[in-house]
Amino acid sequence: MALTLSESAAKHVANFLAKRGKGLGVRLAVKTAGCSGMSYKLEFVDEQAENDLVFESFGVKIFTDAKSLPYIDGTELDYTKEGLNEGFKFNNPNVKNECGCGESFHV
Amino acid sequence: MALLQISEPGLSAAPHQHRLAVGIDLGTTNSLVASVKSGSASCLRDEDGKSLLPSVVHYGRDGEILVGRSAQTRQNDDPANTIVSVKRFMGRGLVDIGELATPYRFVDEPGMLKLVTRAGVKSPVEVSADILKTLKTRAEASLGGELVGAVITVPAYFDDAQRQATKDAARLAGLNVLRLLNEPTAAAIAYGLDNGAEGTFVVYDLGGGTFDVSVLELSRGVFEVRATSGDAQLGGDDFDHRLYCWVLEQAGLMTPSAQDQRLLLTRAREAKEALTEHDSTRITAVLSDGQVIDQELTAHDFQQLTAHLVQKTLLPVKKALRDAKLTAADIKGVVLVGGATRMPHVRRAVAELFGQEPLTNLDPDKVVALGAAMQANVLAGNKGDDDWLLLDVIPLSLGLETMGGLVEKVIPRNSTIPTARAQEFTTFKDGQTAMAIHVLQGERELVADCRSLARFELRGIPAMVAGAARIRVTFQVDADGLLSVAAREMSTGVEASITVKPSYGLADNDIARMLQDSMAHAQDDMQARKLGEARVEAESLLNALDVALTSDGDLISAEEQSAIRTSMDNLRHLSAQDNADAIRIAAEALNQASSDFAARRMDAAVRRGLAGQNIAEL
Repeated sequence: MALTLSESAAKHVANFLAKRGKGLGVRLAVKTAGCSGMSYKLEFVDEQAENDLVFESFGVKIFTDAKSLPYIDGTELDYTKEGLNEGFKFNNPNVKNECGCGESFHV
Repeated sequence: MALLQISEPGLSAAPHQHRLAVGIDLGTTNSLVASVKSGSASCLRDEDGKSLLPSVVHYGRDGEILVGRSAQTRQNDDPANTIVSVKRFMGRGLVDIGELATPYRFVDEPGMLKLVTRAGVKSPVEVSADILKTLKTRAEASLGGELVGAVITVPAYFDDAQRQATKDAARLAGLNVLRLLNEPTAAAIAYGLDNGAEGTFVVYDLGGGTFDVSVLELSRGVFEVRATSGDAQLGGDDFDHRLYCWVLEQAGLMTPSAQDQRLLLTRAREAKEALTEHDSTRITAVLSDGQVIDQELTAHDFQQLTAHLVQKTLLPVKKALRDAKLTAADIKGVVLVGGATRMPHVRRAVAELFGQEPLTNLDPDKVVALGAAMQANVLAGNKGDDDWLLLDVIPLSLGLETMGGLVEKVIPRNSTIPTARAQEFTTFKDGQTAMAIHVLQGERELVADCRSLARFELRGIPAMVAGAARIRVTFQVDADGLLSVAAREMSTGVEASITVKPSYGLADNDIARMLQDSMAHAQDDMQARKLGEARVEAESLLNALDVALTSDGDLISAEEQSAIRTSMDNLRHLSAQDNADAIRIAAEALNQASSDFAARRMDAAVRRGLAGQNIAEL
């Protein structure tokens, strides 16, 4: 049971947190919405919730909740560039199929 | 797989509903586009990794449109079809631009001039739209989706026509304008000054070809432009040109070829940039005839050469301070904008004038775009910061209390802001010299059910008969949701006012609840309003009759008097109860009972008025 960040993702998260001036880490979670069942949530964390599970990669804390974890367990969050666009990407081993854009998925 | 950005806690967008918004600095010389990604603002780069897009558009032979660096390369061989600095023409007629030396053929049209190009007659709006389209394409490629909107910056001195032209250009480029933002305000936002203490700030903006200075006053998180000044023909290019002339003098050159001119100007600019970080530099070039230029230039010499240009910027600064009725000591902070403010002697001159170090830690070329991006991010709804709640519409009606505990709505909900509405009110009692203004927010009819925002008093109303005074109450909500209420007695001009932030402390669900309540209680509210109005009418009638009976009671018999008094007592009694219809019927009965009295008073008044007057004089 774990969530991880790639080194590049960790660097960017740490950088964004520093620029933002506050925050404990980053939250990875899912919500039931979207064209293919589930969708990802990627947010800054200012307060740890009571039932949060916390992981750490390259010194950056990763938060999730017990309900989300089964859907994303084993995920590595990466930071990549695609043309001019750059951003974070969930490499989620649980995904069976996803919508064309990959913003929502089925397990 | 779509790439994600980190959202603020609780603000993750649903799939395919990312609220992508950008800030655009549509500059005279260069333009930029920036966006907030994962909480921090950054300028978006093109394929070559450059953020600055030269504001140059070239209309090519085969109908192709080049924008930016590629257009710039055509400037020399095809100047008439290569439009530079189109911003100078936005919203302007031929008369406005005067004797400006340009290679263009203009057509004067009512409202705005147009330019004759190979691709047809183009208005400055269309040319600007071509620049904006390029930035939009870059932003969508770089953010990975369609934009919901953009904040576009304009100089603080832009008038309505120039602002409208900028909006039109954006619409033509397919951009939804969330708001136009003053450039100095954007710079101040980028430095986070809006979150800090209140005070007055100066924005010193020395761009490529223009110089602008603005005095901004920040109060309650809202910037107000107190004064602007500048020089439309002064910028970093003039420093390059001075240096270029110096090189010619040193080398004893008279009239170099166009190619050598360009080469030496480029070398001059490079030397200027090198002297930002070094104490001396060499200017080296091989001219087309083989002559070699190799000159040493120290930072000190460069300062001497261009000191007069720096001095020239200080005059408008002093003028702006004078216009704002301030001295350098009143200024809380100075923001530097524009690439030319990198020159150390410019910074020193500004620091000396204000007796403080200017803010320089952000890239002066990008600071305006970054501030615009931050504003766009808030307007698109990506920031959960409660104390920076910027509204586009008024979520709840704003109004004031009238007699009987009723609310008179002055600005209805969903009005877009900024907005201003005025309504006239009058006095209720004879000789009334003061009026209490109670500002309320909400959809309900009774004061008790609405949210009280503020109270203030207008005093010094001249004593007049009830209903004769004219008091104009103006409600004004500015772009930042700030409400100012001013009351003015029209005959004397006495005035009182107050400012409040109606959105402060109201969460979305409070607003929703207040709206739901107003629906649920629509019937009750209607009854309550009817009752309140009936009571006010009854009271006003009773007041008038009290006054009349005291002064003119002798006009009617004792029986008539007592009949009226009985009817008045009956109305007073019913007014204390909750039946609006009964109050109306009793008021009507009292009107009937006193109509004879009223007629006799009228006759008496006319007789008094006419007594001793010659009919011919009337």
